[in-house]
Amino acid sequence: MIQIQQLSKKYKGADEFSVSNLDLKIEEGEIFGILGPNGAGKTTLISMLCSLIQPTSGSFTISGLNYANNKRELKQLIGIVPQEYSLYPSLTAYENLHYFGSMYGLKGEQLKNSINNYLDKLGLSKFSNKKIEIFSGGMKRRINLIASILHQPKILFLDEPTVGVDVQSKNVIIDHLKELNQQGTTIVYTSHHLNEAEHFCSRVAIIDNGKIIVKGKPKDLIANRENAHNLEDVFIAFTGNELRDHV
Amino acid sequence: MNLGIMYKLWTSIYKEILLLTRDLGGLTILFVMPIALIITITLIQDSSFKSFSDSKITLLIVDNDKGLISESIFTGLQDQNLFDVIVKENEEEAKNLVFKGTYQIAIVIPENLSADLKIKIDQNVGGVLAEFGFEEETKTSTNKEVTSKEVRLYFDPALQHSFKASVKNGIDKMISKIETQSIYKAFQEQLSDEESDFSFNSESFISFKEIIPKLNDEEILPNSAQHNVPAATLFAIFFIIIPLSINLVKEKSQGTFVRLRTNPVSYITVLGGKTIVFLVVCLIQFVLMLLIGVYLFPVIGLPTLDVSGKIFLSIIVTLFAGLAAIGLGLLIGTVAKTQEQSAPFGATFVVVLAALGGVWIPVFLMPNFMQIISKLSPMNWGLNAFYDVFLRNAGFLEIFPEIMLLFLFFIITTLISIVYNNKKNAV
Repeated sequence: MIQIQQLSKKYKGADEFSVSNLDLKIEEGEIFGILGPNGAGKTTLISMLCSLIQPTSGSFTISGLNYANNKRELKQLIGIVPQEYSLYPSLTAYENLHYFGSMYGLKGEQLKNSINNYLDKLGLSKFSNKKIEIFSGGMKRRINLIASILHQPKILFLDEPTVGVDVQSKNVIIDHLKELNQQGTTIVYTSHHLNEAEHFCSRVAIIDNGKIIVKGKPKDLIANRENAHNLEDVFIAFTGNELRDHV
Repeated sequence: MNLGIMYKLWTSIYKEILLLTRDLGGLTILFVMPIALIITITLIQDSSFKSFSDSKITLLIVDNDKGLISESIFTGLQDQNLFDVIVKENEEEAKNLVFKGTYQIAIVIPENLSADLKIKIDQNVGGVLAEFGFEEETKTSTNKEVTSKEVRLYFDPALQHSFKASVKNGIDKMISKIETQSIYKAFQEQLSDEESDFSFNSESFISFKEIIPKLNDEEILPNSAQHNVPAATLFAIFFIIIPLSINLVKEKSQGTFVRLRTNPVSYITVLGGKTIVFLVVCLIQFVLMLLIGVYLFPVIGLPTLDVSGKIFLSIIVTLFAGLAAIGLGLLIGTVAKTQEQSAPFGATFVVVLAALGGVWIPVFLMPNFMQIISKLSPMNWGLNAFYDVFLRNAGFLEIFPEIMLLFLFFIITTLISIVYNNKKNAV
């Protein structure tokens, strides 16, 4: 589904590569977790795959489509849930979703039904006509997710989708993502919640300094690492305990 | 343009309308501030278009002459209907009152002005006639040596140079006329005898007549409304730079712009939605200004804005001036990273463009190099086009060069915005 070959990114003025000669293959139907400390290159990798930034070198294909030649088709194929809320605060939940849905070409009853269906599933139906500016963090996260899946993308990229939300909202989001995955959506996800990733992801890759250090199924990674009881132990074993303050 | 793009453009327009109508404070600024501006400026500037009869200036006069000339000056000043004349006995007192700003002008007529002027003229006339062999008949009154006289003027230091100059010219002209009439009178006295009824016609031979543009045989008299409505409308139109650039900066700070970049929609469509909505805002502003000029101005004692036969062309000018303003707003909003950058820059830049464009001070009064720079201001093009329509009775062909410049400005600024945006995102 996603084939990455020798992908690198060096920002203008930077001394080092944020992503360096990265090779990765993500299969259709997977929930793939990209884990790593701050500044490891997770967001840069996802941003390249979502065509928000251009790679310095290397290439990737999504469903066989190359970014350079099939930009519009790729954008139609994917959905991205940014870490920021990315919504218009003075518009209602419905107005926000209507606008972003229409940007994918959805219209009429199809769009209306899709919006109402997701609002219902994520427990936001009764707030449909309320402005986003009065929503709690958890509610905004859920609207942020709906805005990215209205067009039923084949691949969904999520950049820390549960950061800063309460347990209830987090559970609703994760449950819904699992449902989407069961319906055939491939999910690529970054998170600092290693416990969440351990139970949610079918496979993970731990990256540091722009390179993949290790990848595999969470259970296998834990089993293969001596004294590791969970994914966090594996993570610490590979990335160390030192602080990763990065500017 | 395919239907998919049209649909996305339409929903973008709808979204922009929602965003605009939800910001009541912003809407108020967009529509109420220009109205306040146009009424205030027109009320202030109206006096410069009216005769001074409504607002006379009090003038002090110190008459040390007490003769025919000072009497003529006094009568001349009153006849001009510009001044309320107050007589003061003391020059020092008059000077202090003017320099303190209590009064704006004082005129001090020197001692013996009438008598000495008569002697001087008689001497000159006598001399001239003697040259032509009228020596015996010349009625020279005296050979007394007279020195030239000085009428002193005092102005309030706070008065504007242009106003001082016009008052000085007026008084100078009046005194010259009195002097000329005295010369005629002296000749007449020297040449006339009891049998002759000969008299000089001392009325001015050369006169001035201002030819005013006509429309359907009716003179188009410029008034403060015809001047100020176009200027204030243009200022209001360009003021949308501020909300438009803030709108774009907000898209970036809210993260919605990142989402839009991942959506299958082009930056041109996003900007297109904003352009159309803000263009409609410009048109509404213009219609409001017209309504105020036509219906409110007469009620508050201002001249009525004459829009007869001008509406279509003025809408054309509004559309193109609006496009130029929108292009600039898009550029500032694309380049600025924060509202703290875009808002003060946009506000200051509009004032600079207005000053350069001749909205505050006519371009012909500017120094030469500023006049050249002025030609680069889109507000200058817009203002000229508006003046062509409202004051010069121009047709479409006359305003075509200016509206093309405005359109070119829109295209260039929008293209720069798109290229800059693409480059910035290609990190």
